Amino acid sequence: MTLDAKIPGGPLAQKWDQHRFDMKLVNPANKRKFDVIVVGTGLAGASAAASLAELGYGVKAFCYQDSPRRAHSIAAQGGINAAKNYQNDGDSIYRLFYDTIKGGDFRAREANVYRLAQVSVNIIDQCVAQGVPFAREYGGLLANRSFGGAQVSRTFYARGQTGQQLLLGAYQALSRQIGLGKVKMFPRTEIVDIVLVNGHAKGIIARDLVTGAISSHAADAVVLATGGYGNVFYLSTNAKGCNVTATWRACKRGAAFANPCYTQIHPTCIPVSGDHQSKLTLMSESLRNDGRVWVPKKKNDQRAPGEIPEEERDYYLERKYPSFGNLAPRDISSRAAKEVCDEGRGVGPGARGVYLDFADAIKRIGEGAVRERYGNLFDMYEKITGENAYERPMRIYPAVHYTMGGLWVDYNLMSTVPGLFVLGEANFSDHGANRLGASALMQGLADGYFVLPYTIGHYFASEKQVKARPDQAEFKKATVEVEALTRKLLAVNGRRTVNSFHKELGMMMWEKCGMARNQAGLKELLQKIPALREEFWKNVKVAGQDQELNQNLEHAGRVADFLEFAELLVLDALERNESCGGHFRTEYQTDDGEAKRDDEHYAYVAAWQYTGPGQRPALLKEPLVYEEVHMSTRSYK
Amino acid sequence: MNLTLKVWRQKDARSEGRLETYQAANVLTDMSFLEMLDVVNEDLIAKGQEPIAFDSDCREGICGTCSMMINGVAHGGLRGTTVCQLHMRHFKDGDTIVIEPWRARAFPVLRDLVTDRSAFDRIIQAGGFVSVNTGGTPDANALPVGKMEADRAMDAAACIGCGACVAACKNASAMLFVSAKVSHLASLPQGYVERERRVLNMVKVMDEAGFGNCTVTGSCEAVCPKEISLDFIAQMNREYGKALLRNYTPRAGKGGD
Repeated sequence: MTLDAKIPGGPLAQKWDQHRFDMKLVNPANKRKFDVIVVGTGLAGASAAASLAELGYGVKAFCYQDSPRRAHSIAAQGGINAAKNYQNDGDSIYRLFYDTIKGGDFRAREANVYRLAQVSVNIIDQCVAQGVPFAREYGGLLANRSFGGAQVSRTFYARGQTGQQLLLGAYQALSRQIGLGKVKMFPRTEIVDIVLVNGHAKGIIARDLVTGAISSHAADAVVLATGGYGNVFYLSTNAKGCNVTATWRACKRGAAFANPCYTQIHPTCIPVSGDHQSKLTLMSESLRNDGRVWVPKKKNDQRAPGEIPEEERDYYLERKYPSFGNLAPRDISSRAAKEVCDEGRGVGPGARGVYLDFADAIKRIGEGAVRERYGNLFDMYEKITGENAYERPMRIYPAVHYTMGGLWVDYNLMSTVPGLFVLGEANFSDHGANRLGASALMQGLADGYFVLPYTIGHYFASEKQVKARPDQAEFKKATVEVEALTRKLLAVNGRRTVNSFHKELGMMMWEKCGMARNQAGLKELLQKIPALREEFWKNVKVAGQDQELNQNLEHAGRVADFLEFAELLVLDALERNESCGGHFRTEYQTDDGEAKRDDEHYAYVAAWQYTGPGQRPALLKEPLVYEEVHMSTRSYK
Repeated sequence: MNLTLKVWRQKDARSEGRLETYQAANVLTDMSFLEMLDVVNEDLIAKGQEPIAFDSDCREGICGTCSMMINGVAHGGLRGTTVCQLHMRHFKDGDTIVIEPWRARAFPVLRDLVTDRSAFDRIIQAGGFVSVNTGGTPDANALPVGKMEADRAMDAAACIGCGACVAACKNASAMLFVSAKVSHLASLPQGYVERERRVLNMVKVMDEAGFGNCTVTGSCEAVCPKEISLDFIAQMNREYGKALLRNYTPRAGKGGD
């Protein structure tokens, strides 16, 4: 099998316009004959489901949460990028495109990123029209802030709740379509398999999380917008329910999984407080606009932050990256924090933390202005830590936040399985090896509002398919397999809880495949993960029954998938003998400790094809060809 | 610290429930309330008992999933805080804590502390949106919005739809929730056009779902994790009154159009 990214010809700036013209259309009266299943109702899923229904397609939408409004896009705090150039500070579509490619350390597909930058301006128009209450200036026009990895102010925001407001906009558009009967919504429903008929994705198997009932759903195409796999590390900023199940099971059905090793560690999270920690909380990167990051110059400095005089503080980001300072990209800031903590200069419990200090900002613009900008973040910090960040600096530490890898998709967002489309964080396409802040919201909405609605029509118009029915043999076979898996999980009845396995997996992944990786550690993981998986299937204890609301059983299914998927992630990290973006291999670094790419050998997308249980997956390579940009060494100095 | 928990256990929507007593030992002050329950659940599973079912997801106070009454107070009584953000430093050794699900006819219990809040979604489906399709929208800066109006809209839009307002109200009224969406959209020029139809349709579905009327006692505002103001209920009443006076009749049973 070979990968065809289907990148349109012509100059970069005209590819999308030309492609939109070249794609086949489904006429308005025929659209109602096509049914689409959309899995996940975050920014990508909700915007896609609403937009497809508006066009006239029949849509079924699924989410595991009790309401589509609760998908984890809701937790994004800081903002959404768009090349509006409202600030007249030199922004343009090209600059947003270039910043994103460069921020991704030249490991993203050029044509997709350019399209993302192009449609970014439409997203803001769309959201404002929906009533998203973006921040505004006194003159009534939209306000902007700046974010990491950019030297212009292009980030739109709604206090510290931008993701919430954008998601509610998409959720409301989706709700309108549900009310009109154009979308049938299935909340508290988890996808447990993807069904292929004649090699095309034609439906799903779902489990009702209240009754435990398994059901089959057929359609003409399946859209996965199921988010990332950060919870493979157990502790992350993802919601507790976030999982890899839909994308991993799609991979097992034939969809290639691309760049799983590209995981993003967010530099500004609240440090771990103890063994009971169930998740980590991010403090928006926008805080770095006004906060200054520092640690004591002395090792093991036990003094309170206020007692450490200015000259004994190391503002290490400002020192090492003078032109970007505290706004250096996420991967660079995260590693810098790890470095100073490894040197023994960390602060707080366990010395795994650095200060994010607002004293200068409060002096400059006043506490009121700081409160206006970040009030809810300071409140959240105080709730969790019991400390007042207006009086003493916040303590922060990096945590797993986002996964750039995902199912491989072509320019039309279709995976290697025809009819299976993948949107948002669940695909791999736009962020390369590192995502810039305020770009996830942009990508989710770009895919859902402005890309998929065009490309899915092209698929329907080009591939004449027979209608699938949920009582077909393929669905029955998948149902039998799903039910057998559930029975197997409940039958083990061992001595260890599901959570203990998840935690152990997460700890080993964070230690050996987190912020820094090396060959020996990765090889060790390739021994340990299968062993842990084996123990899981011999010794896990899952409470309760199948035909009921059983959260422990839900968790068990997700952990079983993480235990398989983790191995692929590690294999990908081991195969990529270079450092790039969020993938930092300690063997490959420059003299001053920066990531050292190997463009000659690794300028490709690594897409892994499942080949069967216990077998090494097959590696497919999509070479990254840059027509427009020159691959340079990223420098934020 | 060591705590005694009295937790509502109910197998499913049809079964009867009851309070069961559990001991939570060695609880640390840095734990969140839900992490304390996680630890209790791990013990229960290890002992071969059924863990306590409760809803949670983001665990950072924004998704609105977590929902429980703690000693009779929705989300536990710390101002502006969801239960996932409530930490054990607010409790003391030896405390007895009673944990129950939201109690409202419109929110039936599904299991233990898990309730069905889909009535909220149906209310939004009836009109909690601006009727614009994707594409073809004017430039975002084409229509200036005063900062005051934008801020007011944001204050209302901050609602996370958790349902604490309903759980706290002796009438199980959803008016704080509904008024937050009505006020958010009516405060902005983009939502102004449909404001009459919106409020009439949403209130209709709210009533049909079995939520009671506002008591004006403010218990909803007191427990709201996003501190949504009671003023929005007043705004909704004004919007509703004006819409009624203009004698607009929504089409029966046709939510959403």
